Amino acid sequence: MVKTAHKKMETERMVLNFGPQHPSTHGTLRIAMELEGETIMKGTPEIGYLHSGFEKLGEYLDYNQYITITDRMNYLSPLCNNVAYALAAEKLIGLEVSKRTEYIRVLMCELSRIADHILNVGMLAVDLGAMTAFLYGFKLREDIYDLFELATGTRLTTSYTLVGGLMRDIPEDYDKVVLKVLDEVGAVAKDIETLLNKNRIWQIRTKNIGIITKDDAISYGISGPMARASGIDWDIRVNEPYSRYDEFDFDVAIALNGDVFDRYLVRMEEIRQSVKICRQALDKMPEGDVMVDPDLGYSLPPKDEVYNSIEGLIYHFEITMRNRGMTPPVGEAYVPTESPNGELGFYIVSDGGRAPYRVRTRPPSLMNYSIFPKLIEGHMLSDAPAILGSINIIAGELDR
Amino acid sequence: MLLPEIITKIENQFSDSTLDTTKFAGEDVIHIKGSSILDILKLFKNNGFNFLADMTAIDNLTLGGFERFSVVYHLLSHETKERVTVKAYVPEDEPELPSAESLWKTADWQEREIYDLFGISFKGHPNLIRIMNPDDYKGHPLRKDYPRLGRKERDDFPVIERGINKDSSKEW
Repeated sequence: MVKTAHKKMETERMVLNFGPQHPSTHGTLRIAMELEGETIMKGTPEIGYLHSGFEKLGEYLDYNQYITITDRMNYLSPLCNNVAYALAAEKLIGLEVSKRTEYIRVLMCELSRIADHILNVGMLAVDLGAMTAFLYGFKLREDIYDLFELATGTRLTTSYTLVGGLMRDIPEDYDKVVLKVLDEVGAVAKDIETLLNKNRIWQIRTKNIGIITKDDAISYGISGPMARASGIDWDIRVNEPYSRYDEFDFDVAIALNGDVFDRYLVRMEEIRQSVKICRQALDKMPEGDVMVDPDLGYSLPPKDEVYNSIEGLIYHFEITMRNRGMTPPVGEAYVPTESPNGELGFYIVSDGGRAPYRVRTRPPSLMNYSIFPKLIEGHMLSDAPAILGSINIIAGELDR
Repeated sequence: MLLPEIITKIENQFSDSTLDTTKFAGEDVIHIKGSSILDILKLFKNNGFNFLADMTAIDNLTLGGFERFSVVYHLLSHETKERVTVKAYVPEDEPELPSAESLWKTADWQEREIYDLFGISFKGHPNLIRIMNPDDYKGHPLRKDYPRLGRKERDDFPVIERGINKDSSKEW
């Protein structure tokens, strides 16, 4: 037998365009990858495909009108965006909303968090070839969206909050339907975990992939479940409570390895904790109005009055007409909230006019995505969708 | 070190570059000259403010301020759970700041965004190119003198008339 001496195969680097249209980008992103064989040597992400100038638009729309724009940012959990923006505007004005308003906001935010996380886990699974988990999750998401439809009238573009309260109260017997869905959540989460947690393929594909160290996470400004999967004990709901989150009893999920598997585990645990918060919110739901005192001049009148009484109509125009309406004081406010992706902050600067002077969104997706080129370096090409899925990028929020 | 102590320290140590310290809606804002921003950020970072939560800019054209632009840094201390806003003022004729990328990697993309939308450049940034708009885009959309509907930069699109009879389509 003749032994042949194998020379190491020399290959040229190949540039592969990942996206803008690719099934696993879930939005329009483009990553130019330099490959050596199947190993990624360098990745250059390019964003901005969905840049829609929301921040510029915010300078021309008044405070209540801009809420409809916040829906379109993170379209998987629009209610969290609504709440975050309303909180920022209320802080700027100095409004204190009623307890019932805050409890309903907490309930809605946590339902959104469940829907967002369950979809993210499902998408991650379907990118790695596990279709069943995705279908279980998607059915649950539909049920939660039905709940949104009941309360807000729409599934996606909710626009549920107003500056100073809510568009409308939750319907009667809402707690019964919510409890029914919440019971389902536990079962679905258990199903998904049974399918995935000890699945060998799942473990090989996700463990030790895309590890973020604690120092990197802080340096890159990473927040939310991604940071908590890297061992950072920071949850804005607990550490800087807003909307009476301090009245709820729940735990913060933390993992230590910072890989894709840990991010999945943190999300699954957060779903359980959100269910806990929802149950408490329904249990302790206080009575009262969902809008601040109309005498303050910040609240829109109920639609009933607008359509059926002349006073209501006059009052409605007093708020919405171009030369009238609310004019917050000159100043600025930044409110950080814990959205499903991480720290979602709204920074509003007012010059005393009807529209904000500058309204900035702190998008968690942008900061979370900025570490992506570092994460994929040295991994195989097939690991890139796993890492991308675990970051949970929402392109609408990324580009704004 | 707690925030009030750091602020007094800055007021003493950087007295010529500190323009003002204000408080609104419970938030502390420090207004400083742009040239010394890196030293101030370093001081904050060494005293527990380990997280650059957000970075953005404001065009003070009609709002009024010390200079035309201000770049806003929102810092967070995980240890003491405090937040502080640092505003660095940049003049209109020379919109340039030292880059904070050496302190926090997250400043990389955020400075690119500010460069893209406001036209403020950052000295020492490794890769200062546009991030949201295309590379050949002209203008900086979030400046106040930039119209909402744009400056019609792209009105030179070639008109494709293939397959349509121009005269007959006018009737419609």
